Amino acid sequence: MSRALLVLVVALLVCLSVSLFGENFIASRFAYYYDILITIGVNVILATSLNLVNGYTGQFSLGHAGFMAVGAYASASWSNHLDPYVLGWIGGANNPFATNVAFLISMLIAGSLAAIAGFAVGVPSLRLKGDYLAIATLGFGEIIRVAILNTDFVGASRGLSVAGSYTNLFWTYGSVAVCVYVVLGLVHSTYGRGFLTVRDDEVAAEAMGINTTKYKVMAFVVASFFAGIAGALYAHFKAFLTPEGFNFFRSVDVVVFVILGGMGSTIGVIIAAVMLTILPEALRALAHTQFVPPAYQGLLENRLILYSLLLITLMLTRPQGLFGDPVALRKRFTRSRGN
Amino acid sequence: MDRLIEIVQQLVNGVSLGSIYALIALGYTMVYGVLRFINFAHGDIYMLGAYSGYLLAPFFSHFFKFGQFDTFTPQNTLFILSGAGLVMVFSMAICAVIGVLIERIAYRPLRQRPRLNVLITAIGVSLFLQNITQYRLGADPKAFPQLIPVHVVEGLGNLTILTSQLAIILATILLLIVLRLIVMRTKMGLAMRALSLNPTACSIMGVNNDVVISFTFALGSALAAAAGILVSMDSPSINPLMGNLPGIKAFVAAVLGGIGNIPGAALGGLIIGILETLVVAIGFPQWRDGIAFAVLIVILLFKPTGILGKVEREKV
Repeated sequence: MSRALLVLVVALLVCLSVSLFGENFIASRFAYYYDILITIGVNVILATSLNLVNGYTGQFSLGHAGFMAVGAYASASWSNHLDPYVLGWIGGANNPFATNVAFLISMLIAGSLAAIAGFAVGVPSLRLKGDYLAIATLGFGEIIRVAILNTDFVGASRGLSVAGSYTNLFWTYGSVAVCVYVVLGLVHSTYGRGFLTVRDDEVAAEAMGINTTKYKVMAFVVASFFAGIAGALYAHFKAFLTPEGFNFFRSVDVVVFVILGGMGSTIGVIIAAVMLTILPEALRALAHTQFVPPAYQGLLENRLILYSLLLITLMLTRPQGLFGDPVALRKRFTRSRGN
Repeated sequence: MDRLIEIVQQLVNGVSLGSIYALIALGYTMVYGVLRFINFAHGDIYMLGAYSGYLLAPFFSHFFKFGQFDTFTPQNTLFILSGAGLVMVFSMAICAVIGVLIERIAYRPLRQRPRLNVLITAIGVSLFLQNITQYRLGADPKAFPQLIPVHVVEGLGNLTILTSQLAIILATILLLIVLRLIVMRTKMGLAMRALSLNPTACSIMGVNNDVVISFTFALGSALAAAAGILVSMDSPSINPLMGNLPGIKAFVAAVLGGIGNIPGAALGGLIIGILETLVVAIGFPQWRDGIAFAVLIVILLFKPTGILGKVEREKV
C-alpha cells in the first residue's frame, strides 16, 4: 500500500470515528457550527475539483455550479423515487447500514451523471481557449439551470424536496479525502504531466504530440464528477433544492476559492475554501457587535462585495493567489499573449 | 393576413429587444477590438445607466413634467423627447466617466499581463458594481420614472407598437449613425481602427494608445447607458442585477456578429433579439434565456469568428 493510500485510509477512518462518536453531539449542541462544517466540506470538494481544471490544466471554467446542480438534482431524484426499492432490498429505512448504502449509491449516480454532463460539455467547448471557454462554460451552466427550471419532473421553479437527510460528517469529509486523493494522485501521475503541459504551453504540448483535448476533457470530467458528489451532499443536507441555488454566483464563489488559494495549489485552495466559508459568517457576527455602526452592517454582511474586492486586489498585486507557487505560475502570469 | 401581421408584430418586438442587445454588444466589441479582452463588467454599466437615469430624473422632472403627459401630441412631442433625451445624455456622460475610471483603475495596470488575469479582474469589477449598488440603493426593484408616455402608436391597424418600442428603435438608429460617424470620420475613430489592427504600429505612428483606449471605454459605456435608459422606458422596473443576462446575451451577440467588428455587433444584437422573441412567440417563453447560450455554443463550434469576423491566426 502506497503512503498516499495509507493516508487516505487513515483519513477515512478518522472521519468515520468522528462521525460515529461525535456526529449527534455536534449536530445537536452546535447546530450552527455543524451547518458551517458541512458547508466547508462541500466547498472544499468544489474548490479542489475545479482547481484541477482552472489550476492544473490552465483552463478557465465558469460553470462549476451547473455540474453541482446536475449532481444535486440527480441524487435528489434518485433518492425520492428509487430509495424505497433500494432500502426494501437491503434492510429498510430504519437500518443505518441500508440508508448509508442507499446514499452511497445515490452519490455515485450523482457523480456519474455530472461526469457525463461534464463530458458532453467538455468535448465541444474545450476546443475553445481563454475567455471564450469561460463564456461557453458559463453558458452551459446557465443552460443546465434553465433546463432544470423547465423540467416539471424535478419541480421546475417550485423547487424540489429531497427525501432523506443522509449527509453527515463521514460522507462529507470522506468525500473530501477521496477528492483530494484523486486530484493529487492524478496530478502526480503521468496524466498530471499532461495537465501541466497543457497549462504551461498548449502549442508546445501539441507540437510534442500530446493530445491536449484528451487531457483537458479528462480534467473536466473528473472535476464534474466531484462537483456532482458535492451536489449530492448539498442536496441531502439542505433537503430542498431550487434552481437559483446553482446560479452564476455559485460558480463565481468556487472560482474565487481557487484564485485566492492559488491556481494549481491544492492545499492553498483548500485553505481558501475553508477561510472564505468561515469569513462571511465571522463578518456577519462582527456586524452585529457594538463595534460596527449600523450603517456599515450591510457592507460586512454582503460577502460578494468582499469577494469582488478580493479578486481585483489579488489580480493587481498577487495574481498567483495566497498560496500559489510563484515559480510555476510566473511564466504564465508575466508573459503577454497576443498584442 | 392575420398571420402576416403576427409575423410583423413579432419582428418589431424582436427588433426593439435586439436594439438593446446591439447597443450593449457594441461596447463589448469595441473594447475587444482595442484590448482583446471581454469586459465582463459591461452589463453592469448598462445597469448603472438605468440607475443614473433613475437618480437624475427627479432633478429634471420639475421642468419637464415627467409622468404628467398621458399621450404624445404634436404639441408636446418635442418637449417630452428633449426631456428624455437630456436625462439620457447625462446618464451616458456619467457612465462614460465610470467606464473610463474602471479601465484606469482595474484594467490598465494589467495591460501587459495575460488575458485571463484581466478577465478575472473584470468579473471582480462586475460583482463589485452589482453589490455596491445593491448595498447603496437596495436590492429591491425600483420603479423607473416615466420619461415618455407609453401607449400604442395609433394608425397602424392591428399592429400593436408601443411608443417606448418606437423610441428604442429610433434612438438606436440615431446612436448607430453617430457611432458610425465617430468611428469612420474622426481622427479618434481612425486611431481606434488603427489600434485594433496593430497596437504597436499604431503607437509608432504617434497615437497615444492610452487615450484611445479610454475613449473606447467612454464610448462603449455611453452606449450601454443609453440602452439601460431605453430599456427602462419600456419595462420600468430596475434592479442591481438587471445587467447580468442582457450583458451576457449582448456578448453572445458580439460573438455572433464577429467580435471586434462593429456592424457585426449590431447585426448580432438584432438576430439574438429576434430569435428570443420567436422562441417566446412559438410557445417556449421559459427557454428565452437559454436560446442565446445555445446560439453561442453553435457559433463557437462552427464559426468562432462570427458572421462578419475575420480569421485571426495565433502566432507562436
